[in-house]
Amino acid sequence: MTRRTMIEAIRDAMDVSMERDDDVVVFGEDVGFFGGVFRCTAGLQKKYGPSRCFDTPISEAGIVGAAIGMAGYGLRPCVEIQFADYVYPAYDQIVSEAARIRYRSNGQFTASMVVRMPTGGGIFGGQTHSQSPEALFTHVAGLKTVVPSNPYDAKGLLIAAIEDDDPVIFLEPKRLYNGPFDGYHDRPVKPWSSSELGEVPDGHYTVPLGKAKVVREGKAVTMLSYGTMVHVSLAAAEAAGVDAEIIDLRTLVPLDLETIRQSVLKTGRCVVVHEATLTSGFGAELAALVQDECFFHLEAPVRRVAGWDTPYPHAQEWDYFPGPDRIGRALQEVLEV
Amino acid sequence: MSEETETGPTLSLHVPEPAVRPGDTPDFSNVTIARAGQVPRPPVDVAPDDIRDMAFSIIRVLNRDAVAVGPWAGLLSAEELREGLKHMMTLRAFDARMMIAQRQGKTSFYMQNLGEEAIACAFQKALSPGDMNFPTYRQAGLLIAAGYPLVDMMNQIYSNEKDPLKGRQLPIMYSSRDHGFYSISGNLATQFIQAVGWGMASAIKGDSKISAAWIGDGSTAESDFHAGLVFASTYKAPVVLNIVNNQWAISTFQGIARGGSGTFAARGLGFGIPSLRVDGNDYLAVYAVAKWAIERARRNLGPTLIEHVTYRVGGHSTSDDPAAYRPKTESDAWPLGDPVMRLKNHLIELGEWSDERHTQAEAQIRDEIITAQKEAEKHGTLHSGQHPSVRDMFEGVYAEMPPHLRRQRQQAGY
Repeated sequence: MTRRTMIEAIRDAMDVSMERDDDVVVFGEDVGFFGGVFRCTAGLQKKYGPSRCFDTPISEAGIVGAAIGMAGYGLRPCVEIQFADYVYPAYDQIVSEAARIRYRSNGQFTASMVVRMPTGGGIFGGQTHSQSPEALFTHVAGLKTVVPSNPYDAKGLLIAAIEDDDPVIFLEPKRLYNGPFDGYHDRPVKPWSSSELGEVPDGHYTVPLGKAKVVREGKAVTMLSYGTMVHVSLAAAEAAGVDAEIIDLRTLVPLDLETIRQSVLKTGRCVVVHEATLTSGFGAELAALVQDECFFHLEAPVRRVAGWDTPYPHAQEWDYFPGPDRIGRALQEVLEV
Repeated sequence: MSEETETGPTLSLHVPEPAVRPGDTPDFSNVTIARAGQVPRPPVDVAPDDIRDMAFSIIRVLNRDAVAVGPWAGLLSAEELREGLKHMMTLRAFDARMMIAQRQGKTSFYMQNLGEEAIACAFQKALSPGDMNFPTYRQAGLLIAAGYPLVDMMNQIYSNEKDPLKGRQLPIMYSSRDHGFYSISGNLATQFIQAVGWGMASAIKGDSKISAAWIGDGSTAESDFHAGLVFASTYKAPVVLNIVNNQWAISTFQGIARGGSGTFAARGLGFGIPSLRVDGNDYLAVYAVAKWAIERARRNLGPTLIEHVTYRVGGHSTSDDPAAYRPKTESDAWPLGDPVMRLKNHLIELGEWSDERHTQAEAQIRDEIITAQKEAEKHGTLHSGQHPSVRDMFEGVYAEMPPHLRRQRQQAGY
């Protein structure tokens, strides 16, 4: 057991996977010699050689399209898109090709591959380095979508994603790369080395896709969140003094609906928190599912706290990012009904 | 005369137009055709720079007298040529039969290969088992020349209970891993870079298999085409990059996608990829060039780009009426002739075929197609008989069905 940052945990997941399976290959822009702009792949080229970890031209469609072809051959590519904001040129390859190839070929061809990408804001990345596009992927039949919130999960989920036979979109909240973040931008960031969630076992282990985790038990209200917002939700519940049950979804598709259902049946209230823009965001899906499953047990309407429906601003980042105050107000509103 | 503004003459947009439109006399004077046998055959390890002019010429083997001439001739035996002729005739007869089936309402849609039979049929013969094509929708000859059962092709077209793809794909969007045929996508050009990735994977694993990418002239405008070229060039991927220039992208003539560049083959030059043009209606020429490019890939010498110059005689699909945008007699005026007739005449010229044998072969092939059609229709057509189960509709979206899909399948009553 070693304390690791999320970057180190993600790197370790690829290292373990490449060591165990010669078919795992890693590539993307700046991924090879340099080890990626966030250094997630540092050292992998040196250890496994340039035919298993290499730099690519700046062509997201090329990266994902080539990975699909490689998967069709039988490899298991784990590719990096430098920022989630840059995935759109590859969107057709992901949505029309990777997601459907198993279905349309009746299993003759598959796309067992992972597309990793740093997601979310909070690092003054402006509108081109801060987006959270998860809902664009959860809407697509055939894709799995994963968002880890801590180093232990990141390693276990990424190994599970690489070993999974389906294409997996793996969104890494870049705000969490170096430490948990509670949404208070004016306080120093705690490093993962000071957090139990930074405890990452050596070697191989998996966190199964499709299993949520109750990160805080409570009776008054259920909070559903993932990625960075798990930590902000914890801080918000703490600050508001609310006995909230907080669920880290970890995987959006497939979704652990049973854990959500059991919690909301217990609490009778639900607040959904995500960074992505509100309208047609994944929170809408969660709110609808909670309504479907738990309507007669609800004491209050389901509330959503999300990014505003604007492009992600640069200078006003902290007014955009759902912080503990906004989440706290939503908690009070559902509790007062 | 353009008017003047403060900064100079007013600008105007140039929109290319084909030489002729319906009602005009067909005109292919813009198609420059080298004489058969004229273009040299370089060694496969030639430096790309040394053959730049081959991106602007056309490799041809069969001359006007149906004689095979020049350095690209002499690769196929009479028996192989007869087999090639049979593949092309089978594809043509299959197309004719399925066009009628579509008109009879037995399927929703069909796309025929008329006039382009030589390209896929000859290319497939140059590949080896285990190689992989990433085709577009007009290379059914790859399957026929690889021995894929006609009945399975028809079952797919009919989306019947024996459809190998369980009714999930549009007709003619075949898929057969065992026959080196990657699943066809309707989203254009996506397969081009995938083919490059497949070839890269073979190289990563130290395998000896190679891949073939396919694209139409119109789709070369898609960004994935350029992604394919840059990846193929960068990693020297063992792949043959095929552009089928059949002059028309639905109603849009090839000059729109080609822009001002000399040829489609010339696109490869900027990437340092050896780029050749071939007479796509000449079975012998296509085979010879395919063999050359495949050997290059096999010997780890990297990608080759081939522009197959041909003409789409039929409509884009059964939903298209080409008389609305081009002269009705344009296909008759196509200067490179008909691929089936040219190979037939060559075999006759060799003394290996005759008009009688040809007529006999046509009848025999027609019988095979009708027999296959009867067999397929026993299992149903799009609007009659048995179909794949609705239960199948929910299978294969994921390797294992996740809970939300299982619930939806149950809601659907399965």
